[in-house]
Amino acid sequence: MDFSRWNLQAVLETRADKVVPPSGYTARLTLFTSAAMAFLAVFALALSLATGRLADHWSSELSRTATVRISAPAGQLAAQTAAALEVLQTTPGVKTARVLAQAEERALLEPWFGTNLPLDTLPIPKLIEVIEDDAGIDANGLRLRLQGEAPGAIFDDHTRWRQPLVNAADRLRILGLVAIVLITTTTAAMITLAANSALAANSRVIRVLRLVGARDVYVARAFVRQFTLRAFVGALVGVVLGGLSMAALPGAGDTAGFLSGMGLQGADWFWLLAIPLLAALVAFAATRAAAFRTLKELT
Amino acid sequence: MRVIELTNVSYGYGDTELLSDVSLHIQPGSFHFLTGPSGSGKTTFLRLCYLDLQATAGQITVFGKQVSEMTRDEVAFTRRRIGVVHQDCQFLDHLPLSQNVTLPLEVADRADEDENLDELLTWVGLADRKSALPQQLSGGERQRAALARAIIMSPDFVIADEPTGNVDWEMSQRLLSLLIELNKMGKTILIATHDLNLIRVAKSQVAARVLRIRDKQLQLAGADL
Repeated sequence: MDFSRWNLQAVLETRADKVVPPSGYTARLTLFTSAAMAFLAVFALALSLATGRLADHWSSELSRTATVRISAPAGQLAAQTAAALEVLQTTPGVKTARVLAQAEERALLEPWFGTNLPLDTLPIPKLIEVIEDDAGIDANGLRLRLQGEAPGAIFDDHTRWRQPLVNAADRLRILGLVAIVLITTTTAAMITLAANSALAANSRVIRVLRLVGARDVYVARAFVRQFTLRAFVGALVGVVLGGLSMAALPGAGDTAGFLSGMGLQGADWFWLLAIPLLAALVAFAATRAAAFRTLKELT
Repeated sequence: MRVIELTNVSYGYGDTELLSDVSLHIQPGSFHFLTGPSGSGKTTFLRLCYLDLQATAGQITVFGKQVSEMTRDEVAFTRRRIGVVHQDCQFLDHLPLSQNVTLPLEVADRADEDENLDELLTWVGLADRKSALPQQLSGGERQRAALARAIIMSPDFVIADEPTGNVDWEMSQRLLSLLIELNKMGKTILIATHDLNLIRVAKSQVAARVLRIRDKQLQLAGADL
């Protein structure tokens, strides 16, 4: 995109803004920086939102499920499965307990062993899916009862592998937020540099304005409006491009397992609207601070 | 109330002193010339008067308010009561003449009060040059435009720094007559010039006092001119 041909700024400029001559260099720098940072912010935001969602999902949904695995000689497998099921059905905190059908077991193994797996000829353990109610299960008590009634049954409440995943998702969410903070501060730094450059390049203009009676706030306002507008327009372009890129990412589909849900979903898209507003706010604060700092050094 | 009052004012930088122990007061409606050799400190003196420099010693009071006690906003408000014709005109090169002339109104948020612009530009003979950029104007046109900008806010005090420095004699007289006309409207005028002929012409038309800077001091000249 050729930012130098962008005319929106000229349309939105007030008469007061025109006392500062347009500077192609700083205008393009601010527009490009804002657009690039907003583009990156879209991905950081998507990462943060998606990992937050995953962490919530893993910690709330998976914490309510558990598995009982029964490994026993072929002749005892059915009896131990029935015994384990009976124990589960009389255990407080168990909402439902059901033995996985052979087709479900086959589906679980298909990603590793392919289709047409002869389950009958393999020593595959039986699996019982357990759904907990809100009260939860006394895991140690259940293990002791299973040990007595079905020695081949092992109760797995998923804690062993769920917690590291939740921790990883939480850290990714924090990483996403840190990235947004870094992007924001980098944008502020770049806009401050561009504003300082514009202020230095226009020192004569500032001097003339002061000599004819302009207050500092008038001079600062002319620069602040220019940079705020440029940052907003640049960020808007970056968000549109970032949003289109997010939309164009391949969907996770049904086969992606726990990775499904990455990217922006539903109301998440509205968060993108905050990026241009944040960029404008950052530009406003950075330029205002730079302008008043420069003006105070003048007579 | 005096327009400006300087009491034992000195100005310098480093070890160099440009003005030493200068005292002066200017009454409203008066007409003063400031003369002296090149480099004597005329522009420095004027810059002290329009608050572009801070005195290193002494006290300056403008419109009854001590300059050293003014806030930056008060300095801005005071400058709106002082019209200045700078030696180098000090225009914004990207704005056409009309916008340069109305700049004081613009910065004072009184841009809608430019209804007298056409009349003002006609008065200074620039009615047909409204759209010209500063770099497209001749020396005389620039000086007249600077004068128009200096008085568009109807200031109480007009300061002109060598307003005839870059123009021919005919244009000098024209600019002088504009300043005398302003004085007759009640404006206080202070003009820095090294052109003694111009001062003689002015004194034949208006009661002007002549100040001279010599050896860093301000003196009253007069009869010898």
